Amino acid sequence: MAVEFSPAALETFNAIVARYPKKEAAMLPVLYLAQREFGHIGQEAIDYVARLMGQSSARVYGVVSFYTMFNMKPIGRHHIQVCRTLSCALRGAEMVTSTIKGKLGIEPGQTTPDGRFTLSEVECLASCGTAPMMQVNDDYYENLTEGKIGEILDSLK
Amino acid sequence: MEKILLRNIGIADSHTLDTYRSRGGYASWQKVVGSMKPEQLIEEVKASGLRGRGGAGFPTGMKWSFVPKDNPKPKYLVCNADESEPGTFKDRLLIEEDPHAIIEGTLIGAYAIQSHTAFIYVRGELAFGATRLERAVEEAYQAGYIGKNIFGSSYDLDVIVHRGAGAYICGEETALLSSLEGGRGWPKVKPPFPATHGLFGCPTVVNNVETLAALPWILDRGAAAYSALGTEKSKGTKLFSVSGHIARPGVYELEMGYPFKKFLEEDCGGVSNGRKLKGVIPGGGSMPVLLPDEIDKVNLDYESVQAAGSLLGSGGVIVMDESTCMVRAALNLARFFAHESCGQCSPCREGCHWMEKILHRIEYGQGEQGDLDLILNIAGNIAGNTICPFGDAAAWPPGAFIRKFRGEFEAHVAEKRCTVGH
Repeated sequence: MAVEFSPAALETFNAIVARYPKKEAAMLPVLYLAQREFGHIGQEAIDYVARLMGQSSARVYGVVSFYTMFNMKPIGRHHIQVCRTLSCALRGAEMVTSTIKGKLGIEPGQTTPDGRFTLSEVECLASCGTAPMMQVNDDYYENLTEGKIGEILDSLK
Repeated sequence: MEKILLRNIGIADSHTLDTYRSRGGYASWQKVVGSMKPEQLIEEVKASGLRGRGGAGFPTGMKWSFVPKDNPKPKYLVCNADESEPGTFKDRLLIEEDPHAIIEGTLIGAYAIQSHTAFIYVRGELAFGATRLERAVEEAYQAGYIGKNIFGSSYDLDVIVHRGAGAYICGEETALLSSLEGGRGWPKVKPPFPATHGLFGCPTVVNNVETLAALPWILDRGAAAYSALGTEKSKGTKLFSVSGHIARPGVYELEMGYPFKKFLEEDCGGVSNGRKLKGVIPGGGSMPVLLPDEIDKVNLDYESVQAAGSLLGSGGVIVMDESTCMVRAALNLARFFAHESCGQCSPCREGCHWMEKILHRIEYGQGEQGDLDLILNIAGNIAGNTICPFGDAAAWPPGAFIRKFRGEFEAHVAEKRCTVGH
């Protein structure tokens, strides 16, 4: 199946590009759109975005691989990102990761076999005053305890 | 103390235009467009003494004045909302709860340099904050504060909210511009400075969220009212993000020059669980750690923190109590910088990972004689040898941890284990 935007996504693409003084500046929002449409940004998506943007695949690959929020491989429906940087580490980040590992049976970097969760450890998410914390997809969960983590995971279907 | 930056925080629906306007919002913007020339505005902000709150503390009015007036190219104002410094979460609070203050400040900054396109580059992970900013920009367009012929004048301005995609380095201004140009967030060699060769090679000013959010108050009350606050060289108020082993973590607004010890003990409730203080980082994860007796006479302003051997930076205060293993803390930050190095300059690209590996082996009982001096040597070879300040930021923490807690590091090496009990 060829990787390409739906007509609605193409319309969004054109609207994004029109907002910027130069087309190349729209690269990050266009990649976000691609990730939303395709689930992840693999080589075919990179080639497709490169054609749309009038740039080389190599340049687009360089951008996609530089930023942590672009996933080059498929991930689970719920992407759990546990902050491990100093302020969170001082307040129990390791407890958060080990609790999740125990509940889901996966290591950081892995996805549950049912495709429900992917676990990652990430750097400072600007939530240091409410540590320890994790981000699941776009949402922040703060001041975590073992009990709270269990409830959150159970609620994510 | 009257709050300047947190004036709207805690008010119901503080993020909406109605609430912001009911508290005097956009009156400064109207005053600027209706009655001030750009030069007057720049002079007023210079007179206020406002310095950039992103970390470097450069005078804001002066930064604007470097933009050439006769350059025929478009000019750009960029609000740096890419808050990523470990221990810093003040901008996030403003982004989520008072987005209109940031927008009004961005408009004022854009007017100062006569820019007709402004960007708010918001950290990618802050999805909720980005949504609030986007909604607030829409509201401001509908109200006529942004767009064509603002307040009936001939001044036009567009504002674009642009999301980053996960990269600490994009908080560095030239990296941010590379990212905004659609590329990897690679810093650029300075000079030329962004003021003359910035976004797409056009004159550009990048200002931090907190810097811009102070502008509406300064224009409303006047430069003198702002410069009456603070110390001789550090004017006004500043936000501090407090985290770690502290009873009341959170974002605080203080008049510059506030005593550090009093702040930690009284305002923040002291070290949590009745434990003793072991060390505190005053300005975000890239700044040197200070010992308890070093903060006794430190005041929270640029000069006083610098005199104590650290820097005020972003105002990210990370508190560590007596149970903290300082090797582990240094390792944590070294890992952060190794992860975030953009890979452009070899001293940083190679050195950050090397320091992380050495600290890792020390913490896990495999340290070797000479390791500490090796880290100091590597740090010394990174600092000053990279094209952006990330190299210094990565080099300072391990160096400071080792110098100040050398006995603890040596014990780890000698006993081949973590001597603090991790």
